[in-house]
Amino acid sequence: MAGELPFEKPLVELRERIKELRRFTEEKGIDVSEEVMRLEQKAKELAEQIYGNLTPWQRVQLARHPERPTTLDYIRLIFTDFLEVHGDRVFGDDQAIVGGIAKLDGRPVTIVGHQKGKDTKDNIRRNFGMAHPEGYRKALRIMEQANKFGRPIISFINTAGAYPGKAAEERGQSEAIARNLRQMANFGVPIICIVIGEGGSGGALAIGVGNRVWMLENSYYSVIAPESAAAILWRDAGLGMRAAETMKITAPDLLELGVIDGIIPEPFGGAHRDLQKQAENVKKVIVEQLEQLSQMAPEELIQDRYEKFKKIGAYATL
Amino acid sequence: MLKDLFGKKRKFATVPSSTISRVPASEDVAVQAGAREKEVPEGLMNKCPQCGAIHYSKDLEKNLRVCKNCQYHFSMTAQERLASILDGGVLTEEFDAELVTGNPLGFPGYEEKLEKDMAATNLKEAVITGEGLLMGNRIIIGVMDSRFRMASMGSVVGEKITRAIERAIERRLPFLLFSASGGARMQEGVLSLMQMAKTSAALSRLDRERLLFISVMTHPTFGGVTASFASLGDYNIAEPGAMIGFAGRRVIEQTIRQELPKDFQTAEFLLQHGQLDMVVHRKELRGVLAKLVEMHTAQEGVEAWRASSPLKSL
Repeated sequence: MAGELPFEKPLVELRERIKELRRFTEEKGIDVSEEVMRLEQKAKELAEQIYGNLTPWQRVQLARHPERPTTLDYIRLIFTDFLEVHGDRVFGDDQAIVGGIAKLDGRPVTIVGHQKGKDTKDNIRRNFGMAHPEGYRKALRIMEQANKFGRPIISFINTAGAYPGKAAEERGQSEAIARNLRQMANFGVPIICIVIGEGGSGGALAIGVGNRVWMLENSYYSVIAPESAAAILWRDAGLGMRAAETMKITAPDLLELGVIDGIIPEPFGGAHRDLQKQAENVKKVIVEQLEQLSQMAPEELIQDRYEKFKKIGAYATL
Repeated sequence: MLKDLFGKKRKFATVPSSTISRVPASEDVAVQAGAREKEVPEGLMNKCPQCGAIHYSKDLEKNLRVCKNCQYHFSMTAQERLASILDGGVLTEEFDAELVTGNPLGFPGYEEKLEKDMAATNLKEAVITGEGLLMGNRIIIGVMDSRFRMASMGSVVGEKITRAIERAIERRLPFLLFSASGGARMQEGVLSLMQMAKTSAALSRLDRERLLFISVMTHPTFGGVTASFASLGDYNIAEPGAMIGFAGRRVIEQTIRQELPKDFQTAEFLLQHGQLDMVVHRKELRGVLAKLVEMHTAQEGVEAWRASSPLKSL
């Protein structure tokens, strides 16, 4: 299988050997089924050992996996009648953000999300899922419309961060993110955010002010990408692994810190191993949460969101 | 009409016919405020201005006036547009058909030009407004017709669109507008300019009432129309290849002598620059519009969720 990660190598090698033995059995007619069975048992144990004890750094690698399902995958697998809309009506149409309206079990919703590419060409078009100000302004326009028409908002977060660059600064990257944070706080419709891969900093939070925030089991959410943190803290981007281990960026960490509301399980080995199953898991959470939130009046939703973020933070008093 | 048959145009092949009564619209549109679109005499055939393919007028109409060879979208008359969008092909109620243009500035030759366009188009002004059904959903719709004074916006166009928006508010219905326009109407001067503010103010009310406005820009949409209601849709949609802008290419090139890219001001150019939500092929347009209307008309958003939630009794 393509896209194996380094820590999966022992497992891959073992599976290769099993395959070889099987072929050997077929070709030579020598029965080695006992050996195969033994190795299969060993592979199962090894998989459990590897995937059952993922380190934060390994989770980061899974979150960034080139085959990891993207926002458009979830849109395709969970929703119907998706109509994508484009543009910020000011400068451009940033393809690092996608959005539009769709139906979820027949009920209208608005969707926004970061979009990473599936290959190099796609990634160039999508700027690797790192949005410019026009991307955040497009997302805001789409969400404002949802608020106008009383549609729930579902956001899929998956970005290494807002794009750092000259053009982004010239057009007000900070202002675009800041405005989204302020406006999202004031929408009288339910907002559900799902971190599906990378939750990189302000670029993630810019579509992340939700009544409910959930994370996939192997996603991460951080104030900064681990490598950049390492560059700042220890002047060495190569120490990303160490930063990942210390910064509390995995889903279980964030749940404990009270930043997120729940964790969506992934199939063994990561979301990319079974898209269908993963989409089902995500859909289940969205539907449950929306059915709860739709009971609240607009003012209650705004209050609920305010309180959610108000209580995040740690301090002591003298 | 007879004089129109001779020597006015080059981009079509004409076989005069008494059997066809409809006047096909010309494609060679000068994109300039108040520019006059040349009439095309009735004919059996049309030549595609983009690829040169010759089409029988009847075949072209069957194909929604889209070139089968290169997908060029010929412009449509207001009547053709309504026929292509509405259930049954016609309005269930037409609004303000009696409104006609005066000559408020006493502009020389204006009345004659209006009369000529009225005779050629069977319209009283450059926009038709009314109520109709789109795949079963009631909508308020307006369609501009570029054969009439290049669908420039004078007092009547502004007033009819404003009243249509007011009716959308009264009846709590979505509003769809197909624009095509050279911009403000020169012969009505500043009164035309103020129609921009009037129509936009009406749309502001529609927005406050949380009602849907879909703006469909067709070839060509320019000047004061783009700078007012056409750009204010909850969804801004355009047909492929439509030329849309504020100042036309010639104006820009001649006033500031700036060289412009080849695809400048095409629908695709605008999509890329963040001004449009979608560019939709004419054959898919009715379906997309119906879907949008349906999603904003049927039990909306949170309401639908509340109604179907197992927790609703709480």
